[in-house]
Amino acid sequence: MNAPVRTRDAAYVEIEGLRRTFDVSRPWLNRMIERQPRQILRAVDGVAFTIRRGETFALVGESGSGKSTVARMVVGLLPPTGGDVRITGISMTDPRQAVERRRLRRRIQMIFQDPYASMNPRWRVRRIVAEPIRAFNLIQGEAAITGRVGELLTLVGLHPDDGAKYPHEFSGGQRQRVAIARALASEAEFLVGDEPTSALDVSVQAQILNLMRDLQDRLGLTYLFISHNLAVVRHMASRIGVMYLGRVVEIADGRALFTAPKHPYTRMLLDAVPDIGMTGRQRIPVSGEIPNPIDPPSGCAFNPRCPFAKERCRTEVPELIEGVACHAFQERRLPL
Amino acid sequence: MSVLVHGPVPTRSALARFRDSDLFASFKRSKLAMAAFAVTLLLFTLALLAPLISPQNPYDPAQLELINSNLPPLWNADGQSPFVLGTDDQGRDVLSAVFYGLRLSLLVGILGVVVSGLIGIGLGLIAGYFGGFVDTLIMRVADVQLTFPAILIALVVDGVAKAALGGQMDTTASIWLIVASIGLSFWVQYARTVRSSVMVEKNKDYVQAGRLIGLSSPVILVRHVLPNVLGPVFVIATINLALAIITEATLSFLGTGLPDSMPSLGTLIRTGNRFLFSGEWWIVAFPGLALAGLVLAINLLGDWLRDALNPKLQ
Amino acid sequence: MTEPVLSVRNLRVAFANRRGTLTAIDDVSFDIARGEILGVVGESGAGKSVTGSAVIGLIDPPGGIVGGEVRLQGERIDTLSPEAMRRIRGRRIGMIFQDPLTSLNPLYRVGRQLIETIRTHTDLSEKAARGRAIDLLAEVGIPAPERRIDGYPHEFSGGMRQRVVIALALAAEPELIIADEPTTALDVSVQAQIIALLKRLGTERGTAVMLVTHDMGVIAEAADRVAVMYSGRIAEIGPVRDVVTNPLHPYAKGLMGAIPTLAQETDRLAQIPGSMPRLSAIPKGCAFHPRCPSAFTRCVVERPNPIAVGAHQVACHLYDRSEASAA
Repeated sequence: MNAPVRTRDAAYVEIEGLRRTFDVSRPWLNRMIERQPRQILRAVDGVAFTIRRGETFALVGESGSGKSTVARMVVGLLPPTGGDVRITGISMTDPRQAVERRRLRRRIQMIFQDPYASMNPRWRVRRIVAEPIRAFNLIQGEAAITGRVGELLTLVGLHPDDGAKYPHEFSGGQRQRVAIARALASEAEFLVGDEPTSALDVSVQAQILNLMRDLQDRLGLTYLFISHNLAVVRHMASRIGVMYLGRVVEIADGRALFTAPKHPYTRMLLDAVPDIGMTGRQRIPVSGEIPNPIDPPSGCAFNPRCPFAKERCRTEVPELIEGVACHAFQERRLPL
Repeated sequence: MSVLVHGPVPTRSALARFRDSDLFASFKRSKLAMAAFAVTLLLFTLALLAPLISPQNPYDPAQLELINSNLPPLWNADGQSPFVLGTDDQGRDVLSAVFYGLRLSLLVGILGVVVSGLIGIGLGLIAGYFGGFVDTLIMRVADVQLTFPAILIALVVDGVAKAALGGQMDTTASIWLIVASIGLSFWVQYARTVRSSVMVEKNKDYVQAGRLIGLSSPVILVRHVLPNVLGPVFVIATINLALAIITEATLSFLGTGLPDSMPSLGTLIRTGNRFLFSGEWWIVAFPGLALAGLVLAINLLGDWLRDALNPKLQ
Repeated sequence: MTEPVLSVRNLRVAFANRRGTLTAIDDVSFDIARGEILGVVGESGAGKSVTGSAVIGLIDPPGGIVGGEVRLQGERIDTLSPEAMRRIRGRRIGMIFQDPLTSLNPLYRVGRQLIETIRTHTDLSEKAARGRAIDLLAEVGIPAPERRIDGYPHEFSGGMRQRVVIALALAAEPELIIADEPTTALDVSVQAQIIALLKRLGTERGTAVMLVTHDMGVIAEAADRVAVMYSGRIAEIGPVRDVVTNPLHPYAKGLMGAIPTLAQETDRLAQIPGSMPRLSAIPKGCAFHPRCPSAFTRCVVERPNPIAVGAHQVACHLYDRSEASAA
């Protein structure tokens, strides 16, 4: 395994002004009859961050925050409406870099949430793991490919003979191991995990999280980790972006975010999470729910639920400055 | 104490897995399914072995003797006749005609199912996977198609072809013509089923994983999507086989199907129909029974398969 | 000592399939007192939901209760006829499920459903029942209840729907509420609100709550006592704070260590090897022994029975004093 050279602080992934809208209108005929305008959902609205080589960057947020949409744009499964994703300097959108992008392709892989849906149920695991090797023509000869698949299965804690089984013969955790083996089969160096452990039981989740960290140490992998679970994110990530309704509201180093959260939404979220380590603590009651993303509040999307909201928050979208997108923070109005 | 948790498990052969499967268990539980399967198997075997087991080749005019015409079945003929189920007005052995007719009916039915399946699966895959305009186009054509009864479409196709060829059709051509008619009438159900399955499957992550390693759409469709949408297709195919056989029989009965010189069960019923009131009931009754038995058995098998593959009904 | 609201003794539930009989719940016993929230936690396949369904008599054939007893306020309910059980459900035992949409008829206004439920179980007039429905909606924290009562379920957000379901469960003032994963489908910020609401039920109304969930965090926040289930049995039961901070059963220990927490940074999560056995392959002896770091010979052959250790009950041979003295 030729581990890539680890250079600290080199931006591996750069994301700028990333936007994605979805047309969620009713069919044309219904719109004409009911006299309704088109409805555009802004799933991701101006997201920017960088991921350094060898680090784990996490995006955390509740439903409708757009975190999974960002993940799908980063790996190239979904074209952005605006903005750009650059990985090792190669744009994922610029048509002039199509050739370079094809070469980059195998370096980027994804681990999906549902281990029951992420593998072709009619294929044996050996063939599933070998598919990227064949697709990128990495190794020639059946014997060599079988050997490599065995290596990969061992790497993720399975037995080489497990390759002869079908996905349904495995438990959820074991399937997620197979999914990781498949992601590594193309010699990926950047893995995007979209809620990779949310479908798993806690004891199995611990196995997979530990495995992902071990692999990162051994192979120098870079992770983009998408999760709604703050405790998992705290455990995994070196830096974290908190998303709310399509925007990043706060970006901080892991420890800083959890010990001194700045944005009112982050504070509320940390206060709300049921956690076994913090029973019986005093908490500020959480108010309200996430608004409908099709018709988000004007200005700062969090303003209807924010105890510090003022007139400016209702009209002007706050910029992300010093890692916080909050007028109250910038005006030094937040209690510390 | 340590236990190898991720140890290898011996894999079982395909046969062993089938014998342990829920499908096989459900089959063993259902007397009706087993009976239907036995009848289907028997009729298929008879059709397959027709040239070997028939006393006579009914297509060969040299073997027919008019002196033997309109003989009743064995039990009505004082045990003298060599023709177990009697003969028709041409002196043709009804038993042999039924065997050969069965063969033709099944051949046309199976080919019809294959052709309609290929058209339907192909169009369904394309409509479901690509969506948008292509989808709209294909599905609107399907909707229009559905407003015409299958028999009508088959009659139209048949009429057009006959007009175009100017009546100079040999038997093979008429077989292909009827297969094409059935294919064009029955593809819609496949297309609709496949399309909706594809729309579910294409959003599953294993398809996304295929895109991530740069596979092209046709490769993903054939390699990953197709095998996973075929389950319901088998059920439709089984039920449609019965429908196709009936359609062929109807067309032949109406006189637009297979010619008298190469009779299918439908043709036999049509020709035999004329003798029903003059007392020679066996000429129409035995082909009719064979057709009814075949269609009923296949239908029961199809119904069982549909229920067995649909866990919600259990 | 007053009688517990719910008392379950040696409950066994089995499902028959063509390969034989699968025991989903094996010898489970617990009590829930008035105003108490008992958390039932476990990973998928542990039997926590089946336990809840067994208590309310909702195990469908081919499954069924094959042993033990369930008592509500001292009265046996597991032997009642389906009809008698149906009257108890809704009136004396309320139910809250994971997906609020399955409990609400999408074609009825929420007020209609509430009023109907109230009137089936009480002899209030239509008008009085409507007033009571509005009170209930207000109690579960739905703003402007006198207006919202005429809304349809789809006009409510996920969290608000779950509040309506809770109001529905409360309509007949039940003695016991069974809540099966009531917060799982909800966003974190809404979860906290529902948990607070469940806790208030206990303190203000004295309702006993059986809270079934896979989320130890929710249990830690909401429950008074917790039962940790594994392979159809209760591995450990005790006061929630004790079980979280000082678990005794090796499985409970592993489970608590495997859960990442916000409170501190851990370098490596504790890891239990393997996964919960399938019902068809539950090991002999203690079901946890193949994964247990402290298993010894006795664990392979003999099934441990619950042993009282302090305020806990632990089903583990490690805590058997007769064993310790013999050794």
